[in-house]
Amino acid sequence: MRLLKAIAGNAKATAGALLLLAFIVLALVPGLFARDDPTAQTYPRNLGTSTAHLLGTTGLGQDTFAQAVYGTRQVLEIAFGAGLASTLLAALIGVAAAYLGGWADAVLNLFTDVVLVIPLFPLLIVIAAYVHNSGTGVLIAVLTFTGWSYTARQLRSQALALRSRDFLAAARVRGERASYIIAVEILPTMSSLLVAAFLTNALYDVLFASSLQFVGLGDPNSTSWGTMLYWAQNNEALQTGYYVQAIVPGAAIALLGAGFALLNYAFDEIGNPALRPLRRRRRLALPRRLRQEELSRA
Amino acid sequence: MRFLLRRAGFFVLTLWAAVTLNFLLPRMMPGNPALAMMGKFHGRLTGQALQNLETIFGVNTHESLLGQYWHYLGDMATGNFGTSLFFFPSPVGQVVRAAIPWTLGLFGVVTILAFFLGTGVGVISAWRRGGVVDSVAPPLLVITSAIPYFWVGMMFILIFGLKLQWLPWSGGMDITETPAWTGDFIGNVVQHAILPALALLITTIGTWTLTMRNNMVTTLAEDYVRMARAKGLSSSRIMLDYAARNAVLPNLTGFAMSLGFVVGGAILIEYVFNYPGVGYMLLQAVENEDYPLMQALFLLITVAVLVAILLADIATAIFDPRTRTTR
Repeated sequence: MRLLKAIAGNAKATAGALLLLAFIVLALVPGLFARDDPTAQTYPRNLGTSTAHLLGTTGLGQDTFAQAVYGTRQVLEIAFGAGLASTLLAALIGVAAAYLGGWADAVLNLFTDVVLVIPLFPLLIVIAAYVHNSGTGVLIAVLTFTGWSYTARQLRSQALALRSRDFLAAARVRGERASYIIAVEILPTMSSLLVAAFLTNALYDVLFASSLQFVGLGDPNSTSWGTMLYWAQNNEALQTGYYVQAIVPGAAIALLGAGFALLNYAFDEIGNPALRPLRRRRRLALPRRLRQEELSRA
Repeated sequence: MRFLLRRAGFFVLTLWAAVTLNFLLPRMMPGNPALAMMGKFHGRLTGQALQNLETIFGVNTHESLLGQYWHYLGDMATGNFGTSLFFFPSPVGQVVRAAIPWTLGLFGVVTILAFFLGTGVGVISAWRRGGVVDSVAPPLLVITSAIPYFWVGMMFILIFGLKLQWLPWSGGMDITETPAWTGDFIGNVVQHAILPALALLITTIGTWTLTMRNNMVTTLAEDYVRMARAKGLSSSRIMLDYAARNAVLPNLTGFAMSLGFVVGGAILIEYVFNYPGVGYMLLQAVENEDYPLMQALFLLITVAVLVAILLADIATAIFDPRTRTTR
């Protein structure tokens, strides 16, 4: 409830949440919005926009609008699947490192750092090249196992700050196991950081997955925005004037990404009051001029 | 000194991890994809070149995995990456060397520009909280950071290349040009670089601005900034020497870190613009199942990022006295 209130009170968060919600609805019931089968190659090729085909047809004679609507599902599956899984993995590794300390921390931390600096996208390309035609499951797995390191590092430093707190000492005295303390005592205190990490990870997963599909490393028969871009590029849609085929999926990715990014930015503001817009503070009862003078000094 | 030695050790460790990944990945995949590749090029390769590739990918060898690994490490250490299959019969090293200047030129300039411009906007935005720059730049940049790099490139091609026909949008230079240090040739290369550079700049600038702004907001609340004001120092001095100098430190480390991401973006920009650099070459290698070339390029990109991180570490050691005194 408090979360909903916080989102409603922040313009960026509201915009982000509405965007995300709209895409979730599209992914759940695509049939309500598009009547064509997205994969059926039944129409003439490269039709322009019309009332029958709102966004025209593709180079293979599929309805572009239907493809964009049905494509939402795979993108969201990847965003939520890989986003959640990599955040969870990061939480386990980061918090375990901080909590266990000593040797375990040194090893886990070094491992995290190594994974962190190996350039992610080239690595994804290399893995996808060996796999051939990665479907949803493969993409989620690969993105999860390569994308946890940054979050793990953030969560580790957060958990280090918690380590000497009394409630953890109490749990230890009670004789709880380390796994219990990590999962039940430490992780819940970091929920806002976890949400922010999930939003960042989901955004990057969307961008990476679409990029891989765009360069032809996804499954070319899947219905998704990245695959649509791949076919548009194959069809030389820009050069031949069928640019709607390239604009639509790219804009869809950008809108979904903006949803995640806006929510994330807003979460930063909610979690760190110093970053909030100044307008808000003017509501205080102080005379405006005095406030502003003080602010310019602070 | 100890700090730098530790970082150098980390450099070697990560490099080793990248080499090991290269070694293990094809062997871990079901039905070793390298085997299929070798089958395709059967008959074209003979003698030493064939044997060399067989040891790199562990095909047809009766060596133990450990023995293969030892061989592989030796090959990598001596720069023996094998023969490129797509650009047959050129050795991989030669193909890679031809691609490096393109990427270095384009990407080097853009990265430095993006860092300075982005950080500068961040400083101003935090300094004038709630001002024009601060209310427009951050939200706008949040949104541009969510746009796929390559799609921005495609839109640039559509608008400036195809519709307005202002600039060339494919390749690094005209095919009719011959490389030479003439004004004509250099002008041609610069013309070809403008659109990809702009696309890259627009999509990478946001990160710098946002982190710099948020660091700067925190730094501006510090007591030493208040002290500087009390001393009556000029605003520009407080802004740059007191606040920005301290706020830029995390950005320096971040600069190196996110190079990995920017390299990824550069790959797609090069791909879209057919720009003959390292990233374009990597995707060519992938498309044509030229695994030796792909492995070498992956290693090269990793080394580039590692060198950047090492440089940033050295810069941090110079700017931040705290790292120097920790023993």
